[in-house]
Amino acid sequence: MILIRLALQTVVLALAQLWGNKFRAILTMLGIMIGVGAVIATVGATEGLKAYVLKEFDSFGPRKVWMDGTVPRKLRGRVSWSQFDLRLSELEYLRKNCTTIDAITPMYFTGATVRSADESRQSISVTGVWPDWHEIEKRVAIKGRPLIQTDIDEIRNVCLINDKGIQELQLDADPSGDYILVNDRRFLIVGVVETKDVAQGFPGGGEARTELYIPVTTALSMQPRETVSFALAQLKDAKDAEEARAEISSIFRRLRKLSGEDENTFVVEAVQSVIDQINRLATGITVAAAGLVAISLLVGGIGIMNIMLVSVSERTREIGLRKAMGARPSIILVQFLVEAVVLCMVGGLIGIAAGLGLVAAAGQIPGSPLKDAAVPLWAAVIGVGFSALVGVVFGMFPAIKASRLDPIVALRHE
Amino acid sequence: MPTPVIEISGITKAYKMGEEVVGALRGVDLRIDRNEFVAVMGASGSGKSTLMNILGCLDRPTSGRYILNGQATEKLSAGALAQVRNKEIGFVFQTFELLPRSTAVVNVALPLVYSRKFWWGTARRAREALKSVGLGDRMTHRPNQLSGGQRQRVAIARALVNEPSLLLADEPTGNLDSKTSEEIIALFRDLHQRGQTIVIVTHEEDIAGHAQRIVRLRDGKVVSDFPTATDPVHRDFLDRAAQASARAAGQAAVGSESRPTHESRAAQTGGSA
Repeated sequence: MILIRLALQTVVLALAQLWGNKFRAILTMLGIMIGVGAVIATVGATEGLKAYVLKEFDSFGPRKVWMDGTVPRKLRGRVSWSQFDLRLSELEYLRKNCTTIDAITPMYFTGATVRSADESRQSISVTGVWPDWHEIEKRVAIKGRPLIQTDIDEIRNVCLINDKGIQELQLDADPSGDYILVNDRRFLIVGVVETKDVAQGFPGGGEARTELYIPVTTALSMQPRETVSFALAQLKDAKDAEEARAEISSIFRRLRKLSGEDENTFVVEAVQSVIDQINRLATGITVAAAGLVAISLLVGGIGIMNIMLVSVSERTREIGLRKAMGARPSIILVQFLVEAVVLCMVGGLIGIAAGLGLVAAAGQIPGSPLKDAAVPLWAAVIGVGFSALVGVVFGMFPAIKASRLDPIVALRHE
Repeated sequence: MPTPVIEISGITKAYKMGEEVVGALRGVDLRIDRNEFVAVMGASGSGKSTLMNILGCLDRPTSGRYILNGQATEKLSAGALAQVRNKEIGFVFQTFELLPRSTAVVNVALPLVYSRKFWWGTARRAREALKSVGLGDRMTHRPNQLSGGQRQRVAIARALVNEPSLLLADEPTGNLDSKTSEEIIALFRDLHQRGQTIVIVTHEEDIAGHAQRIVRLRDGKVVSDFPTATDPVHRDFLDRAAQASARAAGQAAVGSESRPTHESRAAQTGGSA
């Protein structure tokens, strides 16, 4: 009971002391304020940026793995890129033998002139795919039917069209069964898929427009060619991103008969790996910022120690009086320690407010990626916690000095 | 025989001054009973400040015994001595020692902050103590809004708020004019009437004259210890004061109850018993 009352009185006393020396207190707290403000702003900005980027990646799908052929660095400029493009046979082998993926499709992008009864459009995106494409891209046929394996096997002239295409080519609301011309070849529309917004910078991203999806075999036969430059697969589990990349790589190396020293002639990337990298990067930034903040808190702490020593010296007579009135050395110690901690925590709270303000202000800038940035609670808790710790560490020496004052000498102090 | 408030025997206190050891107290014995009003006198260097620090448990003797209100104190730790000060002793200082930014009530309540006995209703106790010294209308004034006499009254209220067994005053009128000094001394006499045990350390003979008993120190030893009425030095002082005032203007003889109030420092003789 006496301890609770004493603690309350000490805190009140400490706050009164700060209020009595407002200007000095603010100058003293500046180091702590800047330190904590910086950590809050950095963490808020990093987390906000991370959330923004991850949201973009999420729209692309975290379980996706993409792969394409590439020319090894040693052979650059000497061989054609198409030499290392992906073969459908390689992708079929992967579909049958790769255990970490549950779907795979070639993605053969091409452009074509498309004509309907009333409209003609040039350079329309036409993509050659396998039926797994529906599963991987999460795009089901909302009208008609999806692509099926028979379409692939029989190299049928069938296509799926998106909503936007129906609009642009002025087709019926349900155009299944209608025909359109793709580079003067007649294609049967079998189904309709939703137009999907994909973030800019990703394949198929940007403003939505007409898209056609046709069997990849049909697409290749129109060129004609044997290989595709790009394929998409879906992980069974997003957690296995690294395992999947390793497995797919080893399968490719085996199929392409690459021996130990040879460079890969293909690239496998998982969205989840990129997400993990971004997360690691964000953690790295936070840790680096924490290091800088630690220096700032150290400097702030020295300021606190300095001002507490001044305070002890100024209030020597008061300390003597309190001791004469029966304050034990330990109570004097606690009083000055609490004062240092209160000083630091007030500084820390102001710093948090400043940091929050900074992040909020950055979010107000039009088009800012920090629009939805939020400072996590743990950052605020750590901010206040570290301020308090600085108060305890740097307030200890002045407090010990105060507690050891001889009351007789202290009362005679001028 | 009732327990004395103070019982010290064979107290010595030695300080190291460089290589030399200086004896500030060289064997002091003293017994002060409940409800005594004692003045401790001595010139500077006589050891009276050292004795007061030891009586107030601010300092420990080098040797000897000090039993304060039945409790031996010479072996206590700094923390335990702090508790004894809080419980047993009320200090009044020459320079008041009030917290400048705090109100009278807060100042008076200061010892209660550290009290184990009175942790409830501290503000009420502080207000009652202020009323008992006649400052019921100055509760929320700060020291700079009070006169010197009022400040010392606040300090006295603070010394009394813990109901100490001993009120220890160090030159309580040293910073006050003679009229205010009279008022403060009257307050001490009033407290004594109400049963308070009081020790005043002073070098002013006229102030000491208000006590029941005068203990004189010289060179770290008690050289005289008489009731005020029979103290030869004090009687001598009174005689000289009476002659001086009679000579001064041939005024009417002083009343039996009044005391010499002029600044008659010439009459001071130190401690020649």
